[in-house]
Formats: sequence, structure tokens, C-alpha cells
Amino acid sequence: MNDDRRTIGSGGKAGRGNRSTSPSSAARSLAGGAQRPKKPVTKVKKAATSTTTKPAAKKTTKAPPKPAKKAAPAAKKAPAQERPRLRAVTDEDAAAAAAAAAEEAARKTRTAGSASLPAGIPLDEIVVALVQGVQRVLGSDWESRLATFFAVLRKRLSGDFAVDEFGFDPQIAEILVSAVEPLAEKWFRLEVRGVENIPSEGGALLVANHSGTVPIDGLITGYAVKKYSGRDLRPLGADLVFALPFVGQVARKVGATLACTADAERLLTGGELAGVWPEGFKGIGKPFAERYKLQRFGRGGFVSSAMRAQVPIVPVSIVGAEEIYPLVGNVPSLARLLGLPYLPITPFFPLLGPLGMIPLPSKWIIEFGEPIRTDAYEPEAADDPMLLFNVTDQVRETIQQTLYALLVDRGNAFF
Amino acid sequence: MGRVVLVTGVAGTFASRVSRTLAELGENPVDGTAIDRVVGLDTRPPDGDLGGVKFVRADIRTPVVGKVMAVEDVDTVVHLDVNPPDRSRAGSGAKERNVIGTMQLLAACQRSATVTKLVLGSSTAVYGTSPKDPALFTESSAAQGGVRSGFPKDSVEVENYVRGFSRRRPEVIITILRLAQVLHPDIDTPLRNYFQNPALPTALGFDPRLQFTHLDDALDVFSEAVLRDRPGTFNVAGDGVVTLSQATRRLGKPVIPLPPVGFAAAARRAIRVMGGDLPPDLNRLLTYGRAVDTSALREIFGFELKHTSEEVFEEFRASQRPGILAALGGRR
Repeated sequence: MNDDRRTIGSGGKAGRGNRSTSPSSAARSLAGGAQRPKKPVTKVKKAATSTTTKPAAKKTTKAPPKPAKKAAPAAKKAPAQERPRLRAVTDEDAAAAAAAAAEEAARKTRTAGSASLPAGIPLDEIVVALVQGVQRVLGSDWESRLATFFAVLRKRLSGDFAVDEFGFDPQIAEILVSAVEPLAEKWFRLEVRGVENIPSEGGALLVANHSGTVPIDGLITGYAVKKYSGRDLRPLGADLVFALPFVGQVARKVGATLACTADAERLLTGGELAGVWPEGFKGIGKPFAERYKLQRFGRGGFVSSAMRAQVPIVPVSIVGAEEIYPLVGNVPSLARLLGLPYLPITPFFPLLGPLGMIPLPSKWIIEFGEPIRTDAYEPEAADDPMLLFNVTDQVRETIQQTLYALLVDRGNAFF
Repeated sequence: MGRVVLVTGVAGTFASRVSRTLAELGENPVDGTAIDRVVGLDTRPPDGDLGGVKFVRADIRTPVVGKVMAVEDVDTVVHLDVNPPDRSRAGSGAKERNVIGTMQLLAACQRSATVTKLVLGSSTAVYGTSPKDPALFTESSAAQGGVRSGFPKDSVEVENYVRGFSRRRPEVIITILRLAQVLHPDIDTPLRNYFQNPALPTALGFDPRLQFTHLDDALDVFSEAVLRDRPGTFNVAGDGVVTLSQATRRLGKPVIPLPPVGFAAAARRAIRVMGGDLPPDLNRLLTYGRAVDTSALREIFGFELKHTSEEVFEEFRASQRPGILAALGGRR
């Protein structure tokens, strides 16, 4: 054994075997190659690869001459008992070579024709995975759906889409609804009640409570209306919304317009479903301690608009929005400087930076109440302030009572 | 006995078209109302042919205008010399021409014994433009903001003077036509000049709604106002809106999004680099946009607009060379 090791090896080159106890890897492979009997190798080759592949063929032809030069003396000296060990090695070797050849053959048959493709980039597999992924996401008719998608994209890029005079763009609204869906269903676990109270056609004014520091409740209400009644909610927003870049642009595209009598009446007489949050900034900017206590309902302008247009008022009670950003503080001076109605401090907001802007996962319930009819009054009744105050109070009281009932139903805000 | 019409500001591209249309109408009377003569007034000769219009070179900021009215026996005045500032018109500022010119003209009308009708070519700029705007302005809506300087302020003041005149001379029929900007390759309006730039500066995060008037509609409505008696104030604009993003994509022109703060100066600089000019009051329109309700024109004036804003824009786009991004949408 020792003799063997001394004679075979790299001849003392740096970094190789030390010639006494451990041979270099090159030396070990040479020793194996020298003793490789030709019979088993060829037998395995023939058995494994009936389609003789090039690399495999090279191995068989090139391997024998190498050991013949260097390891010949070692082979001569090698005693008979050495054979089994060497044979075992060669068997393993042969098996590995066979496996490699089989794999090579398999790859060749897969990528028929493109033999020059470098190994390591399984392009075909990527394509297959992509197609399967698309099929899984889009269903079996994915090809036509993908074509539709590209057609729509092309139309958008060429400006070939329609907006109404308010700037409402139904395609953008649809995208927003699908974008909001996971937030509403998975994060807020939205429960919607009284969907049958949303008129299926004709104008109606949805009046809701406002809360949550950031008016996400408007977004979720719009989503709920679209999903459960199939109609587009046209929210009426504060002028600040339209003064802000991006926010105002998106608001107009998803159907919002300024909360003023002219726009409200135009929408309602046009048979649209308008949404209004009469509490305004008083509602969303109230401290967490005052949650679910309705603020003053504006000046009752929404009632006069509904009366003039002779459309029903649907009271909407939203539970859950209060807890998404609990407002515990305010920086009025900085807010004034920035021209904002308030600058919120929540338990997480300035503290955790952008992470604090993630809404807390409260449980939401939106209940659409029974419509309050206004067509019993004459349109001229809109000029009677006392009547307007009474109807305003009626709507406000309805929402407040519903809120209490829903809060009891909901139990814990988060679980 | 037909009408004698005085048109002011005929050197302007739009006013010259109006005066020519009126002169051509004179040859074929409508409903028995004929136009005998059309007198065009301006401080400089018009670039194009005025056809049958009699051109008088005079400055409406001077009392000469009264003499012209007396000599020509003018009974209808079409005041179209209220224009946004324009680089090509050297000399005194636009405000001087718009406001002082109107005052002189109205003073002359008040003295004149023959004037029975005044048609003012105003602009929807009187509504200003601000985030507090309703979606559509009606004739009775008040401006919410954006009328404190420039052309919008001039328009508001001019209309105020005309209303003052109507109180002093209640027997004169006064028609105020508030037109959205005419979009036509030959008519020099701020929005046309803006859209002709190779790249369009926009306010980042804003997508204004814009309205345009078709040239034919505008000419027809002025002819109607001259031939028939339609007292009152009316909005004139193609139905519907075109958002700026739609417009730029249809033109296939790249946009240069600029921050909304300081947009006016930055946009002006960008456009000057490209060899154009941005009127100072256009930046607000390009931020917040403006749309008007034309139901009064339809129901009270009795005029059906033939072209929507989108059609006007499409016609304009077809006349323009496609922008460098036109291939993206595949429009030719």
C-alpha cells in the first residue's frame, strides 16, 4: 500500500499529494483509471445508452491511454488482492458516467435541434412553468384573456378610452376594486349587510359615517357597493382631495367629485349612486376616545340635494374604520403650516415611520340601512330649513343607533 | 334694411374668421335678416384675406371707435378683442387692450344712437380654475379661484363692464358667449400652441379635464347671435371632456411631468426651450382643468352643438404630425 502511494502521485508539486500518506486526487483517479477493466465499462455503456452520445463516447476512448503512460508501473507492481477495491471504484465510476450519459441523452431529446444551447439555462422548463403559471392564474381560456388584456393596454396607451364629464374612468375604477379586494376581505374581514337596500337602478344618496383618520372607509364602501350591487358609487369628496396631487387625480378617475350641491344634484338627477360623508374632517379627525360618536352632519346640504332630485337617502353605518388608525394626538400648528385639517399621531405612525402607515386589521361591518324616501316631499321643500334639519337628524340618529347595534354584534375589534 | 356689424380685433385668427363668415352670410340672408356690411376693426392689418369685410385700422382704446360707429351706422357690435396675452402682438400689454379697449368700446356704444345689439366673445376663463370647482360650471356659477390675475381676471372685468353697460342701456340686446378654447390648427389659441409642442409639460399628479369648441360650432353660434335676438349669457363648449393624459397619449407626444409647485415657471421654461410660449394663466388650467355645462345654450339659446370635445380633439389630432410615441398605441 505504502509503496503504491509513493510511486504514484504528482511528483511533489505544491498543493498536491504528499507522496507518503495521502495521494493527490489526480493520483487517485489515475490509479482507478489504470485498473479500469474494459469489459464492465463497455457493458454498462451499452446497457445504459443505446443511443451512443458524444461525451460518453469520448470518455471511453480517451480514458484508457492516460493511465497507460503514468500509472503503468503502478499497475505492474499492484498485487492481485488489490483488484476488488479498484473494481468497486470503477463500478461506481461507470454508474456515474452512465447516469451522466443518460441525463445528457434525455436533455438532447428534450431540446431537439438546439444542441449548442449551453447547459444550465433550462429555457424550455421556464417556458413550461410560465405557461402553467399563467394557466393557473387566468384559467384555461388564458390565451384569449391575455389577448384582451393587451388590447386594453394598447387602447389605454393610445388614449382610446372614455371618461364622463366628471372624469370618471370605469376601467380604472375596476382596477381599484380588484386592488382593494384583498384589503377589504382578508385584512379587514369585511361583512356587508343590507345589500338589498341599495337601489338596483335610479339615483340614490348613500349617507355614511366618517372615521379612521385617513378616509379609507370611502374606498371600502365603494368596493362593497360595486361588489355586492354591481353599481358604481360616486363619492362626493372635500376640496382638499382635489387639491392634492395624485389623490385628486385618482379620486376623479374612480368617480369622485366635489361635495357641492351642484355636483350632487347633477349626479343624482342623472340616476347615479352618490355617496356622501357629511361629517367630513370632523368625523375622520376625531380622537380615538370619541370613536363611534357621530359629529355634526354638515349643514344638511345632502338632504336638500336628495330632495331636489327626489331620490331616496340610504343610511350607511360603517363599523371598523375607527380602529385602523387610532388618533391619539394632533399637531395643529404643523397641520396649519401644511394646509391640512389635522396632522395625526397614532400609536405607531410617526414612531415607526412608514410601517406605522399600515392600517390596523380591525373587523369591519358595513350595513346599508332602509332607504329614507324623499319623494314624499315636494322638491320645493328643499328650501324649508326646519324640514331639512329634521330629516338630517333622522338620518344621523338612524346611523348612530345602527352603529351601536353593530358594535355589540362585532364584539372584539380585532379578533 | 340689413344689419351693419362691427367686429373688433379682426387681426386675430378667430375674429377674422368670424367677420368673414358674417360677411358671407350677408350675401345669402337667413330668415329675412340680412347683413349689409361687416366692418372690421383692429390696430394692425390681418394676416389673411378678410373677404367682404371692410377693414378699418383704428385703436379701440381711443375715442376713434365712436366715430367709426357713427360713420358706418353700426347697429351690431361683435366684440372679439378680448384675448390672452400673445407674444406676436408687441406693444402694450394684454390687459390694456382687453379692459381699456372694452371700456372705450362700451362708452362709444352708449353714446351711439344706432347700436341695438352687442355680442361679447368671452371665455370660460371667467370661471377661473381651482380644486374647489364643481365638475361643470353653469352660467350662474361663480368663480372659486384662479381669476386673480392674467386673462381670467381680464375676462371677469370685461364681463362686469358689459353688465354695467346693460344696466345703463337696457334696450340693447346683449349676448355674452363664453367659449371654451377653439382647437383648430389655424386658430391661435393657447391650448393649440401648447399641443403643438413636441413634448408636453404636465403637472405631476394632476390630470385636468379639458373642453374644446369646434371652429364651425363657434362660427355658427356667433352668426346665430348676430342674426337672431338671443339675450343672455351662454357657455359654448363641446360636450364631454378630454383629460390631458388622454390628449397627450392620442397625440403620441411624450409628457414632461413637472412638480405642481412652481409648475408655471418650469413649464414655461421647458416650452421656451422648444421654441414656444406658455401663456401665464394656462398653467392653472393644465393643473385643475375646467368643464362647463352647455344646457342653457341648447335649451334657451336654441343651438345644438355638432361636435363633442372628443371629436374636436380627434379632428385636431388628425391635422397634426403624430408625436414620437404614436407607434406605442398604434394610431396613425
